[in-house]
Amino acid sequence: MITGRFFAAGADRRIAITILILLAVAVIVPLLNLAVSPTRAFYVPSYIVALTGKYLCYALLALALDLVWGYCGILSLGHGAFFALGGYAMGMYLMRQIGARGVYGNPILPDFMVFLNYKELPWFWYGFDHFWFAGLMVLTVPGLLAFVFGWFAFRSRVTGVYLSIITQAMTYALLLAFFRNDMGFGGNNGLTDFKDILGFNVQADATRSALFAASAVTLALAVFVTWATVGSKYGKLLMAVRDAESRTRFLGWRAENVKLFAFTVSAVMAGIAGALYVPQVGIINPGEFEPSNSIEVVIWAAVGGRGTIVGPIIGALLVNAGKSWFTGVLPEFWLFALGGLFVAVTLLLPKGIVGMWDSWRGNAKALRAASLAEEAGTDPVAPPPQKIVRSAATKPGDWSSSSPEPQPAE
Amino acid sequence: MNKSHTILYLDGVSVSFDGFRAINNLSLVLDKGEMRAIIGPNGAGKTTMMDIVTGKTRPDEGEVFFDGQIDLTRHDEAEIAMMGIGRKFQKPTVFENHTIEENLMLALKGPRSIFPALLHRRSTAEARQIDDILGIIRLGDKRDQLAANLSHGQKQWLEIGMLLAQDPKLLLVDEPVAGMTDAETEETARLLKEIARDHSVIVVEHDMHFVRELGVKVTCLHEGSVLSEGTLDFVSADERVVEVYLGR
Amino acid sequence: MNLLRAIGLTLLFLLATLSSSGAGEADLRGIIANFATAKGFSETGTVVHDLAATGDPAVEWPLAALADGNLYIRKADSLVFVGKEAGDSVELFDPLSGEKSADAAKDDITKIKVNNTLRRVIRDALGTLTLGAKDPAVRIAAADTMFKTPDAANIGPLDTAIASESVASVKALLEQARAASVLVSDRPDADKLAAIALIGARSDRNAVSMLTSVEANASGAVQEAATAAIANINSTLAFWDAGQNIWYGISLGSVLLLAAIGLAITFGVMGVINMAHGEMVMLGAYTTFVVQQVIRTSFPGLFDWSLVIALPLAFLVAALVGLAIERGVIRFLYGRPLETLLATWGVSLILQQAVRSIFGPTNQEVGNPSWMSGSFNVGQLAITWNRLWILVFALTVFAVLLYVMKRTPWGLQMRAVTANRRMAASMGIRTPWVDALTFALGSGIAGIAGVALSQIDNVSPNLGRGYIIDSFMVVVFGGVGNLWGTLVGAFSLGIVNKFLEPYAGAVLGKIVVLVLIILFIQKRPRGLFALKGRAVEA
Repeated sequence: MITGRFFAAGADRRIAITILILLAVAVIVPLLNLAVSPTRAFYVPSYIVALTGKYLCYALLALALDLVWGYCGILSLGHGAFFALGGYAMGMYLMRQIGARGVYGNPILPDFMVFLNYKELPWFWYGFDHFWFAGLMVLTVPGLLAFVFGWFAFRSRVTGVYLSIITQAMTYALLLAFFRNDMGFGGNNGLTDFKDILGFNVQADATRSALFAASAVTLALAVFVTWATVGSKYGKLLMAVRDAESRTRFLGWRAENVKLFAFTVSAVMAGIAGALYVPQVGIINPGEFEPSNSIEVVIWAAVGGRGTIVGPIIGALLVNAGKSWFTGVLPEFWLFALGGLFVAVTLLLPKGIVGMWDSWRGNAKALRAASLAEEAGTDPVAPPPQKIVRSAATKPGDWSSSSPEPQPAE
Repeated sequence: MNKSHTILYLDGVSVSFDGFRAINNLSLVLDKGEMRAIIGPNGAGKTTMMDIVTGKTRPDEGEVFFDGQIDLTRHDEAEIAMMGIGRKFQKPTVFENHTIEENLMLALKGPRSIFPALLHRRSTAEARQIDDILGIIRLGDKRDQLAANLSHGQKQWLEIGMLLAQDPKLLLVDEPVAGMTDAETEETARLLKEIARDHSVIVVEHDMHFVRELGVKVTCLHEGSVLSEGTLDFVSADERVVEVYLGR
Repeated sequence: MNLLRAIGLTLLFLLATLSSSGAGEADLRGIIANFATAKGFSETGTVVHDLAATGDPAVEWPLAALADGNLYIRKADSLVFVGKEAGDSVELFDPLSGEKSADAAKDDITKIKVNNTLRRVIRDALGTLTLGAKDPAVRIAAADTMFKTPDAANIGPLDTAIASESVASVKALLEQARAASVLVSDRPDADKLAAIALIGARSDRNAVSMLTSVEANASGAVQEAATAAIANINSTLAFWDAGQNIWYGISLGSVLLLAAIGLAITFGVMGVINMAHGEMVMLGAYTTFVVQQVIRTSFPGLFDWSLVIALPLAFLVAALVGLAIERGVIRFLYGRPLETLLATWGVSLILQQAVRSIFGPTNQEVGNPSWMSGSFNVGQLAITWNRLWILVFALTVFAVLLYVMKRTPWGLQMRAVTANRRMAASMGIRTPWVDALTFALGSGIAGIAGVALSQIDNVSPNLGRGYIIDSFMVVVFGGVGNLWGTLVGAFSLGIVNKFLEPYAGAVLGKIVVLVLIILFIQKRPRGLFALKGRAVEA
């Protein structure tokens, strides 16, 4: 039935186009990089492949955040932690692949362990010499952390900013932990100097192209999964919990489980994004746990339009392209631009680019419909559907009370 | 006292918030199949009583039993809802960003776990039920519209429709006719009486015409406990009720 | 450490030497010349002993130089010099007068080799020598050195020193050093028991380590006495340790309180989540920096007043910026906490970058006025003045704020607006105005917190970052909307943190605290002192 809906026309057409574009890019960009001579006009330089590959991972991360924020109202300021954990799992695999080619030439221990006088491999590094095991950990470690964290948080009904603050505290605690040398993850320097992935040189153009293609395909898959999820009855429920959590409880739904599922799925997606990111940038260090990184992800989703599937992807690509441009041309001004973006989007563009486009289109359609209805002499059709309706509380302090009855937008 | 015939049994229930006694030694019994109207001034504890029954608030002391033997103080909102207690809020509370039909679909009786919801496909039986309810609440022609676009009265009706979709044994209905026209009010009374044929119902309402329309036993609450109970005529003749609520 | 001390002593005695050229200088030169003929470490040691036996302070410098490996013999004439390496050549100084004589290539001179045994011999010799020094600080250092390296041979010189010592505190130290030497000598047990009693009174870690070695080597009454003394000292130490931890905890708590107290207004009372709060603190710190710069260049005499001058200015600067943020951004977002969070985060980025552009990314130097420098001891607690003043300051700010909130018309209006905006408005309170001023007040308090924090933290554009998560933790832990909760929250978090540190280390301790708070919030989502019931939920 999903496929049936997939090919249906209308709003879902945008999803289909997005997936097709991503799949096409996954084929075309590597071709233009590998098969076209560097002197030709259509040649895509390797650094562009690496850069856009990185952006696609960010887009996946933004999509993961949007699943919980846009569709369930959970503003997680700790998604960077799941991203980094996925990245570390992949990084550990890549470290083990170095083998005896490290500076110290130890066949088992990574360089930093030799340097820190480790006698043997810590137990949690076992198994990471196998790709399948590392892949499993990429999924389970962020998923498990999100599950445990969410289980505690949602069960005790921590909501709103409180939840945001403790997710931020979570990633901050992980940041401090991973900075420690005796955690066994390379401390300050993190994991780097990778050589091979699945036997291929990570620096080689072909490998980079393959990683790029993998990122694009994974993103396409994630778009499909997210779309199928939010379109299902569960997805309706997710949005119902976002809009009127206590109402769902009185209907017999366990709102905490609804959120927990979305949060865990989202964390796994973030972990996958991190795992794809690390071999492309060649390093993972504790800086990825910085709370500021996680907040930056929020602005990607906000710029594109939260509560839409395509929005966060567009947002992530635009903001990061902007960041690359600014840090190259006007490095002083990047933080001004980013800060201004936060303020401008929340004040002027609360629905993001995609949301604005939709309501503009919706308005146009409604106007047309109204004029048609007038001609026919009947009542005009109701105002255009709004994608996002926020509780329109009017006084400061309202948010801090989880109102017994959700407040409908008026 | 024998609880076996009761659908709802409250005895000696008290709850206080920061020293303020919202419910004070409240005892209330509702028989199976009975419809009861509850009146009382603001702050009498009507909404808090509903909070206790639906598991939102835990009483400090006292017994709350559902269906004769289930101790409601041991369960949370979702469990209590699944046992068959439905609640309509004072302010109409529907899912504004969902269509009428989706609202009903989410309320429809059935399994309440995540994975069935993820893989759910609407069965013909469910479609028929939704059609029936849409007919009852007269929103059939608006089924694909967002709930946000309904008028206040229509939202009230949609919420009652969601209660019906839940098919509970006991309905708690808080101010169902607030903001309705006289015609709508009459219609609502007719609908509630129809529902009461095979459900137990508690209605909280300030509109005395509406209460008279329902023609059921009335309980008047004041300062967290029962002030007077009986037919509407009996209660409205009670000096104390006149004093605190109806006014002279 | 020892090396540093030796250098310090050297410098002191260099001065002493220059002022009083000894009468037996020729004798000293004669002994020093023996270094050139001494073969091996033991013979060099003999020369050291001979030098020390003269008791002349002038030999300090060559001995210290020898210990540092800076004593050289010129191959050409077998003369002994103190040398200072400068590139390929070595500057040579006369070992007694300290006058520079010549430069020499490294090949032309031989370094007198020392090993650890010899270094100890030299150090002991220096220790004995310095017992007679004029400066009590030098005598104290010497007594300390001799306490740590007890030797039966020290008893004699120490007895002499004790007899002639006039300063009571130095005398006590000398007696302890003598007791330590007695313990390693073959004196009768009665003497040793008295010595143990004397050392036991010291109650510090050095005493414990000394007594532990006595315990291991002695037997009978002496061993028992040592064991008892160790137990005694350990319990005293545990007591002072706990005291020290509590003090550190209170100190950290006062810092947390300062950082969080403004947030208790904006977040706790108004319900506005201001991620730029840390930047208000940062602005306060930079205001202090600017004030000190102006004072340094124009009115150097006022330096001790710099903080007092900075306080009102920092309050004003932060309050004005806060006012601008409220009017420009936050007022459009009331009731939308998540959006407020994001927008104020954006503001915080802008403020950080603005400060970075103006003042540069590096740490700025903010000085301590004299009344905030130094420390004093209470028993074995070392209390620094700046920490103490910050505690006093934090409590004062808290008290003033409490007074403003509870006793002034403005505080009443603030609370009225928070409790019921519509009602307050209909009573004639200009609610937007109250919102703006309340936010400015919270920001201003963050600003003056910055003045205090500039004294103990690096003043950099990232200053605020370090406090924002901690401050939110304090407010949430204490209970939103409750100033007392913030007070209790700050101090309990501070003390718990410092008690965890010895067991878990600073970073892990902090992680444990974060995890505990996360768990705590799950248990009591509204904090320690939360309002409950319908009132908060309605």
